[in-house]
Amino acid sequence: MFDVTLSALAAQVFTGLVLGMIFVLLAIGLSLIFGLMTVVNFAHGSLFMLGAYFGVFIFGLTRNFWLSLVVAPLMVGALGLVIERFLIRRLYGRSPDDPLLLTFGLSLIIVEAARLIWGKIGLTLDPPRVLAGGANLGFMTFPVYRLFVIAITAAVLVAIWFFLERTNVGLIIRAGSRDPLMVRALGIDLSRIWLLVFGIGTALAGLAGILAGPMRGVYAEMGVTMVIESFVVVVVGGMGSLIGAVVAGVLMGQVVGLTTFFAPALAEIMVFVAMAVVLLVRPSGLFGEAGLLE
Amino acid sequence: MNRRSFLASTTLAGATLAFPAVLRAQGKDPIRIGFPLPLTGPFGALAADQQRGAQVAADELNAKGGILGRKVELLFRDDQLKPAVGAQRTQELIDKEKCLFIVGGLAAHVQMAINEQTKKSKVLFISVSQSDEISAKPDTSPLTFHEALNPTITSRAVGGWIADNLGKKWWIIYADYAWGKQNNAVLQEVLKKKGGTVLGATPYPLGSAEFSAHLPKIQAAKPEVLVTVTPGADNIAFLKQAISFGMKKDMRIAQPLHWLPQLKEGGPELYADIYGGTNFYWELQDTIPQVKRYVEAYQKKFNTPPGDYGCYAYSGVMEVARGCELAKSADSEKVADALRKSPVYDHYKGKQWWRACDNKSFQDLWIVKGRDKAKGDWGLVEVVSKIPANEELDRTCAQKGHA
Repeated sequence: MFDVTLSALAAQVFTGLVLGMIFVLLAIGLSLIFGLMTVVNFAHGSLFMLGAYFGVFIFGLTRNFWLSLVVAPLMVGALGLVIERFLIRRLYGRSPDDPLLLTFGLSLIIVEAARLIWGKIGLTLDPPRVLAGGANLGFMTFPVYRLFVIAITAAVLVAIWFFLERTNVGLIIRAGSRDPLMVRALGIDLSRIWLLVFGIGTALAGLAGILAGPMRGVYAEMGVTMVIESFVVVVVGGMGSLIGAVVAGVLMGQVVGLTTFFAPALAEIMVFVAMAVVLLVRPSGLFGEAGLLE
Repeated sequence: MNRRSFLASTTLAGATLAFPAVLRAQGKDPIRIGFPLPLTGPFGALAADQQRGAQVAADELNAKGGILGRKVELLFRDDQLKPAVGAQRTQELIDKEKCLFIVGGLAAHVQMAINEQTKKSKVLFISVSQSDEISAKPDTSPLTFHEALNPTITSRAVGGWIADNLGKKWWIIYADYAWGKQNNAVLQEVLKKKGGTVLGATPYPLGSAEFSAHLPKIQAAKPEVLVTVTPGADNIAFLKQAISFGMKKDMRIAQPLHWLPQLKEGGPELYADIYGGTNFYWELQDTIPQVKRYVEAYQKKFNTPPGDYGCYAYSGVMEVARGCELAKSADSEKVADALRKSPVYDHYKGKQWWRACDNKSFQDLWIVKGRDKAKGDWGLVEVVSKIPANEELDRTCAQKGHA
């Protein structure tokens, strides 16, 4: 069991790192919506699934992967705007359980709707030719598409950071998440800001969905495992912390990678063991602010 | 007599002359067959095929006058792939809906829950999905029949073929639950008998979408054959990822079962050159007349070729009918005795029979291989080999607890 060659271990660590970045991609939309709005969006997984289906749909019309990659997340984002404007908005100021229940119900509706529209048999989305195939990294052959997903994840993280830290709207968003009352007193319409944040968060779920399609397949239940993966990452990183999501994603990638390597039967449970340990030491997660959900 | 009632009665009379059998069947109480199956959930596509197969059987029976001159009615109920729900639906089907027989179930654990209810109510149950326990003690009963293949038969047959034809150094990856573990155990046993080596066997949690962490280790071990026991959506995610890591080039990939809805979902590029076993494939109609008849009936009604699990459902319903006609009764115990007394049947692909000790059906299976280029929408695999029905592929009566 422990006759490990160094190159096999290097390959494993690298695979785990990439896996961790994929976890980050899945989790950022969820983290953003929670951190800035204190809304636990249980529909995240089904919006992720919709992103993939919209991607297949646009690809079917245009045969252009790149166009689908842009349009599908925007479509999911637009749906997110509608959900916030007409459903979630009515629940602000009530207990956090209410939007949680609402979005949970929505997720069931969206999954069944997808089954009705696209059928019970899943669909395929292939990566474009440029990204198909493997790259020789010296110690292993690694799929080019996964490297591309990492590049997109990094770009998205930089863009979000820039948006939140370096723009006026970002300033208002951050202020609004600290003290909504004060921001309102300054004459700023926070409901628009929250609409925007929810739209961005759901669009990111959609982006993750279309990017996951070529790796995992496109099917109505694809959001179910993804929601678990992203919740673990968000909780370990600290609800609402972007840097926390990155650190936790990479950490979880290594936990999964190394346990799978040495003791595959324990891989699933170790994720939750790691989560429990982190929460014992830091109840709000690695980078979480205390008191967000109390 | 006014015009309307005149029209109604003459139409009725005309219809009676034209379809006497159909109408006679409708005269008496119908024979109701309850059919629990997971219409919603991850196996929805397989369940839809089961439902269609059963409907083809019911239509065919009713067109010939039903069972014992009584119309056949199928009652489908969604068990959501949950044992508790399956048990409840089954109980309702028997107690409230007055179903005389139960056919159905998908996934071993739900079959068990259904079986507990049918045993309690002394109702004949024909199980139409894979399970080793359903025909073994302590779970089975004289009223429990098992129409589908089981993990032991499948993995002995397919595993033996893989060892003989593809290579004797394997890596096995399997879903960490009953069906996956049983297949893994049987595959290892088969390979050992054939003098091969298992380089490694890794479990993973059922329902995973991410397999990349498993792949570097398998690549490093360089097996000749990668045997994947990854049902449902897991299969597609696993194969996509394994292929993207370049593994299709480095090793052969084979699995105990191919399912048609899944082959369709993954597409020809994914499944090209991947081997698997199956209880049925519609292209067998080119050589087997019974297959042709079934495929045509199914296609006429649903406009798509039948899948593999729908056949089990079709055959299960047909066996209820055959048993009733033989016993001249719709009493579960008499029907079960009649089936054991005349165990040989042939509904859709050739001769099958019930083994007397465990009510297990024995049947042919086939090895198929993914085509590079699909023939039409559904010609996704080609038949490579046939493995004839053989009682030795299952555990013996004694091993299954039948004295």
